[in-house]
Amino acid sequence: MSAVVTDEFTSSKGLSRREFLLQLQAMGGLLLVADGLQTVKAADAPKYGADGMPHGTVDNPLVFLTVGDDGWVTIVVHRSEMGQGVRTGMPLIVADELEADWSKVRVQQAPADEEKYGNQDTDGSRSTRHFLDPMRRCGAAARMMLEQAAALSWNVPVTEVRAVDHEVVHQKTGRKLSYGTLAKRAAKLPVPATSALRLKTSEEFRYVGKGGVPLVDGHDIVTGQAQYGIDPWFKDMSFAVIARSPVLGGSVKQFDGNAAAAAPGVQKVLQMPAPVPKATFHPLAGVAVIANSTGAAIAARKLLKIEWDDGANGSYDSDNYRASMQESAHKPGKVVREAGNVDSAFKSSAKTIEAEYYIPHIAHATMEPPCGVARIIAGKVEVWAPTQAPQVTREDVAKHLGILTENVTVHVTLLGGGFGRKSKPDFAIEAALLSQAMDGRPVKVTWTREDDLHHDFLHTVSVEYMKAGVDAAGKVSAWLHRSVAPSLATIFAPNVNHEVGAELGMGFINMPYDIPNLRLENPEASAHCRIGWFRSVSNIPHAFAVQSFAAELAASANKDHRDYLLELIGPARKIDPNSQQDHWNYGESPQRYPVDTGRLRRVIETVTREAGWGRQFAPRHGQGLAAHYSFLSYAAAVVEVDIDEQGRIVAPRVDVAFDCGPQVNPERIRSQLEGAVIMGLSLAMFGEITFKKGRSQQNNFHQYRVTRMNEAPADIRVHLIPETDWTVPLGGVGEPGVPPIAPALCNAVFAATGKRIRSLPIRDQAKRAT
Amino acid sequence: MELRINEQNFTVIAEPDLPLLWVLRDLLGMTGTKFGCGIALCGACTVLVDGQAQRSCVLPVAQATGKKITTIEGIGTSPAGAALQGAWQKINVPQCGYCQAGQIMSAAALLQAKPDPSDADIDAAMSGNICRCGTYPRIRAAIKQAANDSGQTK
Repeated sequence: MSAVVTDEFTSSKGLSRREFLLQLQAMGGLLLVADGLQTVKAADAPKYGADGMPHGTVDNPLVFLTVGDDGWVTIVVHRSEMGQGVRTGMPLIVADELEADWSKVRVQQAPADEEKYGNQDTDGSRSTRHFLDPMRRCGAAARMMLEQAAALSWNVPVTEVRAVDHEVVHQKTGRKLSYGTLAKRAAKLPVPATSALRLKTSEEFRYVGKGGVPLVDGHDIVTGQAQYGIDPWFKDMSFAVIARSPVLGGSVKQFDGNAAAAAPGVQKVLQMPAPVPKATFHPLAGVAVIANSTGAAIAARKLLKIEWDDGANGSYDSDNYRASMQESAHKPGKVVREAGNVDSAFKSSAKTIEAEYYIPHIAHATMEPPCGVARIIAGKVEVWAPTQAPQVTREDVAKHLGILTENVTVHVTLLGGGFGRKSKPDFAIEAALLSQAMDGRPVKVTWTREDDLHHDFLHTVSVEYMKAGVDAAGKVSAWLHRSVAPSLATIFAPNVNHEVGAELGMGFINMPYDIPNLRLENPEASAHCRIGWFRSVSNIPHAFAVQSFAAELAASANKDHRDYLLELIGPARKIDPNSQQDHWNYGESPQRYPVDTGRLRRVIETVTREAGWGRQFAPRHGQGLAAHYSFLSYAAAVVEVDIDEQGRIVAPRVDVAFDCGPQVNPERIRSQLEGAVIMGLSLAMFGEITFKKGRSQQNNFHQYRVTRMNEAPADIRVHLIPETDWTVPLGGVGEPGVPPIAPALCNAVFAATGKRIRSLPIRDQAKRAT
Repeated sequence: MELRINEQNFTVIAEPDLPLLWVLRDLLGMTGTKFGCGIALCGACTVLVDGQAQRSCVLPVAQATGKKITTIEGIGTSPAGAALQGAWQKINVPQCGYCQAGQIMSAAALLQAKPDPSDADIDAAMSGNICRCGTYPRIRAAIKQAANDSGQTK
């Protein structure tokens, strides 16, 4: 397989590497490594993991840490903190190898600079997976430099000294020198070569895998001192909101901003740049109001009179679109994986079973809405942004302002939630454009919640059609799955009508069931709003369909769901993703990361055992199970529900079993999984953005409901599968907890009521039939 | 306009209907209080006004004059506030942390009214505060921990 690079792409010098990569994927190519705009042929040795990401990794201790004369160790974190705990977890790795005392460690956030720090795209559940080893090397190299400095000070062989708890000890004499004392001398020594590094054994770890390290930002958060993207403040700052085109691709036909301009506190009303054919991360067309407070800008924005040209997407209607997707799902589509002969197997089956599942658009609704601050001094732009993609932000700001990337500094703040939304820095570009319009004065742009829900890069919308042929005993002999969903690649390239490799490989073509005849198809679907990646992305619809359907097949065969699911998975084995036509594999090597059904079985066995699977429940009370492999980790959930007559669902307890290989900071892994449970329940119960006339219909949290305290499970039990072998490669953590939750919930609703939910959100679908 | 915030006096020039949130954040640079929805649906902007939890995003500043305003920056001076901040850290409640200022302010008002809250009390007091990261079980645990800690110091 090779990628065809069309003129449009080779001539698009302005494209970022990431856009280019995605375009290649969109054309059905492999995930090729692009160095600038020069592609590597598929026949060349592929690069995996961090090596396949722009700017790869850096493991230079002089870049990532400093030891002060006072003994304070400063560790640089180059990934974005959005709640996953990376500002604690990454320094913890460095500090451990450094043999540093955690109470003498400070953390510093890196600005956008991938040449210096390596890749900074904080998405794809990749940070710890890609940077465990480089960060270990940083810490170990610095430790060895400190040991060398001590040996030189004492004029003894370095083999006689050892770093222990923030000092170096001469073992024969018991002499000690503190890290602070050694800092200057150590800094002048050469950095040891990678091959010379002595990494700790896992038995020597003091922080990694242990827990007990408090959150780096915990104190600042609870005292109101933490700095998010919405928080930078300058005395001469202006505050902006923007009225954006309600329809994707729309533009301002004409506007009257006189009343807004005359409103209290307003400093300027101006039109934003026109839209471009591809959405990418461009700001949307619109009219900005700049004032002396965000509140004044919001009030004045209501006085704008804007006539919009809706453009090509002005007829987008969720009901109609759903009907068209359903039609596509019942016709043959592009075959993306095939084995045996499904059609003849259906004919010889004792029974065939069909089902169709639907998940609507879902908004990220980060509690901190998109926002950003920019100022320009003497041609140098400074941006403060809650961005998951610092380097992309830097490059895109430069591109939009027509200046060199080196003249843009992006300060990465804390993110008040990310979930994929803040990988797309349109908000930061807006801030920079508005500062430019204000002659460089600092401008903060804030999206209101309405803006956020109207203009998100939404989770796709999908129809998944499933058909199985079973024998008399209920065993599956044939499996047909059609996945219909507009692709996230549509924001990068025109005429994308199929899911790209990175979407197909999210629990669709790489489903691990042991079935002799199967065909997986991907009919066409077009996009009419901005589609983006939402925490766990296409795994959400794929897991919902596959895990619901497996439960339906078990029920149809009158078999226990767990036993049936384990039988469907088959014996423990390691599957080469390439054999499933998954050539993406989350960008990782198929040899290092096969699909391991033994690990999938184990999380199912663990979670059902821990949750007391098979217990008897009162009427309208029950348990549901689902399991899903994603981001190279294995997750299974048992959701327990209690449902009243009106269909109000309470989930008093949720158990999750999770296997991500070795665990750097188990405490944050638990918190991520707790959060994934609630986000999964939230999207299953309430999550839906709908369109009429091209416009998102949900304005705020009364219409876009998310789970609240009184609706959240009181009891979430996370069962981490222990892995003490640190040669086992790490799986992702931030995302893979989400996909099993919605199907486990719907399977529980079925167990409790007999009502099968095939269309999300659930809302009151579980009310007693009258 | 005169405001008393965290035991300090401030003079601001603002339209009387400007929500208190923007006076705090944009005019005074006190950014610990967060914006989340603008229409009192999410609780991120919660402050105490004369000890009562109020959504500052819909509270005209004129209605806050002459009253005692407490924000996340000042809540630590009260025993309940300090206990909550301590419990929040002990239990590692925050994920992204953005909503937690509002959560702590709502919890502070709760503990003031009910020093030993039941689960139902916690549901009633805290369900107006959204946490998108899903820290609710830990928030519940931290409120109970803080109630317990405050009880012991009495």
